[in-house]
Amino acid sequence: MTHTITLTVNEQKYICEVEPRLLLSDFLRHELGLTGTHVGCEHGVCGACTIMLDGESARSCLMFAVQADGHEVTTVEGLAPDKDNLHPLQQSFWEAHGLQCGYCTPGILMSMIPFLKQNPNPTEDEIRHALSGNLCRCTGYQHIVDAVRLASEKMRELEK
Amino acid sequence: MKPASFDYHAPNSIEEVVTLKSQYGDDAKFLAGGQSLVPAMNFRIVQPSVLIDLNRAAELSYIREDGNVIRVGSMARERHLEFDTSIKKHTPLLHEAVPNIAHPQIRNRGTIGGSIVNADPAAELPVLMLALNARLKAKNKSGERWLDAKDFFAGMFTTALEPDEVLVEIELPFMPPRTGWSFMEVAPRAGDYAMMGVAALVTLDENGKCKSAKLVYLNAGDGPVDAVEAAKSLIGESLNDNLIESAALLASEKEITPFGNIHASTDFQHHLAKTLTRKALKIATERAQQKEN
Repeated sequence: MTHTITLTVNEQKYICEVEPRLLLSDFLRHELGLTGTHVGCEHGVCGACTIMLDGESARSCLMFAVQADGHEVTTVEGLAPDKDNLHPLQQSFWEAHGLQCGYCTPGILMSMIPFLKQNPNPTEDEIRHALSGNLCRCTGYQHIVDAVRLASEKMRELEK
Repeated sequence: MKPASFDYHAPNSIEEVVTLKSQYGDDAKFLAGGQSLVPAMNFRIVQPSVLIDLNRAAELSYIREDGNVIRVGSMARERHLEFDTSIKKHTPLLHEAVPNIAHPQIRNRGTIGGSIVNADPAAELPVLMLALNARLKAKNKSGERWLDAKDFFAGMFTTALEPDEVLVEIELPFMPPRTGWSFMEVAPRAGDYAMMGVAALVTLDENGKCKSAKLVYLNAGDGPVDAVEAAKSLIGESLNDNLIESAALLASEKEITPFGNIHASTDFQHHLAKTLTRKALKIATERAQQKEN
């Protein structure tokens, strides 16, 4: 039996029919075509599928799409208006070489947005701790940490 | 992999929740935060035919003070426990321990009730419920009953809940005056399941002697393990390094029964338990002494 859900994804409203067992991650990718949300482990360990649900980071592979009924989802596609106007966090990853293969990047960005909102001027230790729920197998994390720190500077500057 | 098919219900009230559960019994599983259930469903380790989603039952989500206890709705998120000021003030052990549960992304969804009912021996919240002498309120269609945490955990992933019952509330007594606390665990990486962990509480009397103590371990047996003998050995004493050392030895060698896993042999788990107990008891004692002043 399918259920009708109404939700907002990246500020756009959708009304869809979903089977209860459809994961939110698969809904975003296959039904809405938002393939920026990546799927790694499907048991909440790797963090690649992290999205924001009502502004808080969450694993989209550990939720059913039907549960997002009435909620607001933000995916990596919702960060920048277009490729020439990146979000300062994305721009910082670009400038500080915060990615190599890029598979983990969307999940990291969607984890760092609420983190930097809560902690606009984090220490390196705090950044590393905040990154602990996202696995990256390329970079060794150093450039990701640099990128997050750069982003915190850019975003504080914009706040002024 | 992907989960097997199931029928989905998302009731808005506790009344509807218990009615549905009495109707479906063991065929139905509750979906709380989903941070353990959904992975198990994705791997098809679990294939419930009915899911009752508790996330729409808003009346299950609260944290409030009531006299000298804190009442927590079973659907309160771990992230809410982490930042709650009443919990920080009156049950600082819980406040200290919660950030050790997985990652913020998981704590944003994970619930106190979900973790307690899942009764994973490696989880933090069951250990904390025992350490804090929590009482747990279960409800079914015909009424409700209270269970002490020590009677609630019945073994690996098993609780005293009946198939038609749902956990609705957790009652946390304020920690008594002159009580010190410490929670410590060791995990391969921050946020991973811990190889060993301990919650320690020490309460001193007016003369600075130990009035009561508690040592509860995770990943140390088939549920949260309460080292009652080691705790008892401290009572009536002025705590010093020698006493702490012998309590740590007693708990880690005689009272816990860890199974070992891919990350830690049983020898290593016993070693960790001893080291963590020694450290945690020292910190808890110091904090209790500070509170004395």
